[in-house]
Amino acid sequence: MQAISHVAGRAIPFGRKNVDTDVIIPAHWLKTITREGLGKGAFEAVKKEPDNVFADPEFAGAPILIAGDNFGCGSSREHAAWALLDMGVTCVIAPSFSDIFSGNAFKNGILTVALPQAAIDRLMEVAQTDPIDIDLETQTVTTRFQDRYGFEIDPFRKHCLLGGLDEVGLTMAQGDAISAHEARARSDLPFLAKTPASA
Amino acid sequence: MLREKARPFPLNCGAGGPNRAFTMTTKPRTLYQKIWDAHVVDTRDDGTSLIYIDRHLVHEVTSPQAFESLRVAGRPVRRPDLTLAVPDHNLPTTARKDAQGHVLPIADPESAQQLAALKRNAPEFGIRYIDATDAEQGIVHVVGPEQGFSLPGATIVCGDSHTACHGGIGALAFGIGTSEVEHVLATQTLLLKQSKSFEVRVDGKLGAGITPKDVVLHIIGVIGTAGGTGYVIEFRGNVFEEMSVEGRLTVCNMAIEGGARAGLIAPDETTFAYVEGRPYAPQGDDWDKALAWWKNLATDEGATFDKTVSIRAEDIQPTVTWGTSPEDTSAIGGVVPAPEDFADASKRDAVKVSLDYMGLTPGTRLTEVEVQNVFIGSCTNSRIEDIRAAAAVLKGRHKADNVKWAIVVPGSGLVKAQAEAEGLDRIIIEAGLEWREPGCSACLAMNPDKVPAGERCASTSNRNFTGRQGPGSRTHLMSPAMAAAAAVTGKLTDVRELVG
Repeated sequence: MQAISHVAGRAIPFGRKNVDTDVIIPAHWLKTITREGLGKGAFEAVKKEPDNVFADPEFAGAPILIAGDNFGCGSSREHAAWALLDMGVTCVIAPSFSDIFSGNAFKNGILTVALPQAAIDRLMEVAQTDPIDIDLETQTVTTRFQDRYGFEIDPFRKHCLLGGLDEVGLTMAQGDAISAHEARARSDLPFLAKTPASA
Repeated sequence: MLREKARPFPLNCGAGGPNRAFTMTTKPRTLYQKIWDAHVVDTRDDGTSLIYIDRHLVHEVTSPQAFESLRVAGRPVRRPDLTLAVPDHNLPTTARKDAQGHVLPIADPESAQQLAALKRNAPEFGIRYIDATDAEQGIVHVVGPEQGFSLPGATIVCGDSHTACHGGIGALAFGIGTSEVEHVLATQTLLLKQSKSFEVRVDGKLGAGITPKDVVLHIIGVIGTAGGTGYVIEFRGNVFEEMSVEGRLTVCNMAIEGGARAGLIAPDETTFAYVEGRPYAPQGDDWDKALAWWKNLATDEGATFDKTVSIRAEDIQPTVTWGTSPEDTSAIGGVVPAPEDFADASKRDAVKVSLDYMGLTPGTRLTEVEVQNVFIGSCTNSRIEDIRAAAAVLKGRHKADNVKWAIVVPGSGLVKAQAEAEGLDRIIIEAGLEWREPGCSACLAMNPDKVPAGERCASTSNRNFTGRQGPGSRTHLMSPAMAAAAAVTGKLTDVRELVG
């Protein structure tokens, strides 16, 4: 996972509410067996709408996406996070995110920043003409117009994002604790601890 | 920009850690809390816990990249015996073998590639694989409970948001992304923060002809698609206590459409009777131990929830959706709403876009809306009771001429065989509908079953999102009985007027 500490650049002022992962990447793009190349399919239906922000050359390759409430709801497809990364987005700012999407984003080094609607409205305005700056270390979003918004982030997630840490490797290092749990489960909850396929 | 990777994150293996999981506490706990406590491997100071996963279902869409990462890192699957792989999303629902019994190729090369990857990956990592041509094949969320692989009190995950489904048997079950699939394959655990608890009560007497699907669509209409975000829902009240396990699976399946990652219903005698004797279910001493534990899982008297919504069963009508969000529900007797009917400005805008996409005019009676397609199936509604409910409406009737495409897709090969043993396939075929092979089918447009652009579909699936059933498709969600009624009349229909 790519480490991330600072995202600065243009922000796509999308602003839409309840953007589901079917909108971020439609199902027919899910037949891939790799993580790459999904940017082409990102927001496919939206890109067909007249005057959509994704068609505006001003925002091509922008690293930030601004959206409305409940971003990433619906299907658990991680392809939504891969599609955003492939189109160059490494930070999404919205009033709220679906639980599954924010987890998927984090695991791929995408920073999700939740801010109140009033801040979103202001950043949507700034994004039309100017870049936005997000600093993970200080947990702030700033603009050149002296706008400054603090955001909350889970300390563990922050630690992993800053270090680009591999979560699987971190957990595997706790192998003894996992084995201890399995031993307890074998005696206390044997019906959960095995299946007919167990040795 | 890269930072040094050495800084360890403080772990707390002591207080609140492993030992808490198996000790009795006197504080009243919810069903969710009890399952959570029994699965905590470790808890960090920040409240994040490492949770043990008892059962992992794997399908072909969200797993190839996870297996690839394991291969690259040289990591094995920690507990292949707790993992079960079955293809479902990409499979065509037409015949899988020719008249001579030869397996037919998958026409779409990308689907074929993804299906082949699962068939190759599962045995490579020692995981049991159910093949497309096996009798037990089906939609993961139908196969899990049917095989007794999904058990009450278990933690169950799958790379699919409708994993919430398994909450119907009293399991803590939720969808995960591909990185988490990889994490579970490698470690049999997940790093999670505990969700808040949300009690959704439905008490009273359901009217005649009101099904579990109507109940859950009504609930989502009340709480909204973000109402459960950050929560695990426990469905409580006599309506769920009196519901069959299959009905409970339908309800919990759609918890995710209400924003909740998981939905739960306490296991009871109905659940135990359902689970007993299934191929993967515990036997002998293990069964007795299981029963003893399961009987104490229900939420304790005096346990508190972070949020409660109460609904009167009598208020629930046969329910359909009119828009492009599962919260856009209405009783079948209603009319298409106008954007002005909504107080929230952004919802008004969404409704405007939605009605335009759906080609609907405010004020139109829902029973006047014609459908050209009918889909009865999906992990929400493809079990034997669903097929029976559809067949009961279709019996002695025929689909309307304006319905061009109507398919019934059983959730598994075993559901299919059971339906055929009961003669339901004949009723369905004689009514002019197609009887298909098991799979996800027209729920999500990843396989050949799609709804053409601009056409409507009366669908028993779970999502009416823009383009969900194919680009430009217009989905109306409803129960199997209501979808069957729509097939017969060619319009959205109150099934109670067809079968009194």
